[in-house]
Amino acid sequence: MIDGFLALYIFTLAAITGYEIIGRVPVILHTPLMSGSNFIHGIVLVGAMVALGHADSTLERVIGFIGVFLGAGNAVGGYVVTERMLEMFKSSGDDRKGA
Amino acid sequence: MEQLIQFSYYGAALLFILGLKRMSSPKTARGGIVWAGIGMVVATVATFFLPDMHNYVLMLIAIVVGSMVAWISGKRVAMTDMPQMVALYNGMGGGSAGAIGAVALFSAAAATGVATGTCELGSHDCLNTTSATLAVAGALIGTVSFSGSLVAFAKLQGWMDKQFIFPGQHIVNLLLFVALLALGGYAVYELNTTAIVAFFVLALLVGVLMTLPIGGADMPVVISLYNALTGLAVGFEGFVLQNEAMIIAGTVVGAAGTMLTQLMAKAMNRSLGNVLFGNFGATAAAGTAVEGSMKEIEAPDAAVMMAYAESVVIVPGYGLAVAQAQHKIWELTQKLKERGVKVRFAIHPVAGRMPGHMNVLLAEAGVPYDLIEDLEDINPAFKNTDVALVIGANDVVNPVAKTDPSSPIYGMPILDVEEAKNVIVIKRGRGTGFAGIENALFFADNTKMLFGDGSEAANWLVQEIKHL
Repeated sequence: MIDGFLALYIFTLAAITGYEIIGRVPVILHTPLMSGSNFIHGIVLVGAMVALGHADSTLERVIGFIGVFLGAGNAVGGYVVTERMLEMFKSSGDDRKGA
Repeated sequence: MEQLIQFSYYGAALLFILGLKRMSSPKTARGGIVWAGIGMVVATVATFFLPDMHNYVLMLIAIVVGSMVAWISGKRVAMTDMPQMVALYNGMGGGSAGAIGAVALFSAAAATGVATGTCELGSHDCLNTTSATLAVAGALIGTVSFSGSLVAFAKLQGWMDKQFIFPGQHIVNLLLFVALLALGGYAVYELNTTAIVAFFVLALLVGVLMTLPIGGADMPVVISLYNALTGLAVGFEGFVLQNEAMIIAGTVVGAAGTMLTQLMAKAMNRSLGNVLFGNFGATAAAGTAVEGSMKEIEAPDAAVMMAYAESVVIVPGYGLAVAQAQHKIWELTQKLKERGVKVRFAIHPVAGRMPGHMNVLLAEAGVPYDLIEDLEDINPAFKNTDVALVIGANDVVNPVAKTDPSSPIYGMPILDVEEAKNVIVIKRGRGTGFAGIENALFFADNTKMLFGDGSEAANWLVQEIKHL
């Protein structure tokens, strides 16, 4: 059970982690990184599955279905475009130093 | 089993953070997305084994259809269209978070009709005041992000007029937003189905109206902001569902996205408030008219100039990508390097349509990173540069950003191209840039204009240099 201060701790520490990771990133990676973080909130798929998994009425099922559809789109689409971008960065030469 | 599922979520959260960390360095970036991808698969598979779930068939259909649509569109999209695809996928995530909130609120409304203090967290039939508040907050943010991102997508895709402005727009938007907050508060207080429906409709509307007046030049910042908002929404809904992986991943993205948004806004010298409420394009026509005339140059002369230069700096802009000229420019670069010319690329933080977008496009053509310089590194070097070749860039090399306080781009950091000994600008026509501002660089004494399509013009230069 995550409640009260435990939730606050998790939110705060996760937020600091996010800030720290992006703070030192070169401009060259901003677009792939935005795309990558876009992929990571695709974890919403898991939540949508849980919501649909407990949906009882037709209305809830319809909304849950849309939620899972959209969540899967977020996760898969985010992965595909991020991977495509980062793959090109690699092909420009492994031994060269990063900008 | 329960333990194993929890451990999978823990592993997923860890992989997300480590993956994001790896993505923040060019060397390890490729591995980073793979790590995060593994985390996603682990978490998704584990979710199927959660107890007391049903609707598995629906779930599988939705996953398969959603994945296929996204997979195909993601594989097909051109690199130039990346920003709007990120907007689209991000909007989907926001919509998903909104849907989670909607299901939680509707089922609680059907079962208890009111937020109850005795409700156990993570239960699917009731909400206590905290979880109801977070469900509403997450649904609000997610839904606004959903419709807002779709508008951003439509705008960048060219499906929608760049701007939509009417008098008193900000007041109307503000009032609607206040009404939305009030409705959300009411929905928490009294889980009433009608109120919840009205709340979601209004949230969709607010997302659309908020994004409509924002001009194309500011769109990257807006997409980044919506990306951060979706993360936050996912974090909130994660609390409602008591899912640690969602809380951590969502919050990390919320914070990282906020940071990224600030970095982008700073690179464009725009405050976030200015982006959201400034109506950039509306004032874009302002600014002092530029005196002087443009001087044309033909490709052979331009080629000679570059071939016998000691150092050349190429300044690519979005026009380069539109013309698909990256490959030709790289060929030109190689020809020049063979002749011993020192060639570098200067990239403005907002070249392309998102920070780093131009780097992606150049990487696609095979340009190695070590030839690419950031604004801070290259600006002092322009003084000693023989030829600066500007191709498809406009506002980011406009010196009025430093000289004309009445210009809408005044104060924006620019590449000091005008300090180079000679400037060649490849441009399709005489029109103004993305922001609609006249560019003083084009009229400067040391500037010569080479009119033509970016790809063709680069090709002319390559051919001419071959014959020298």
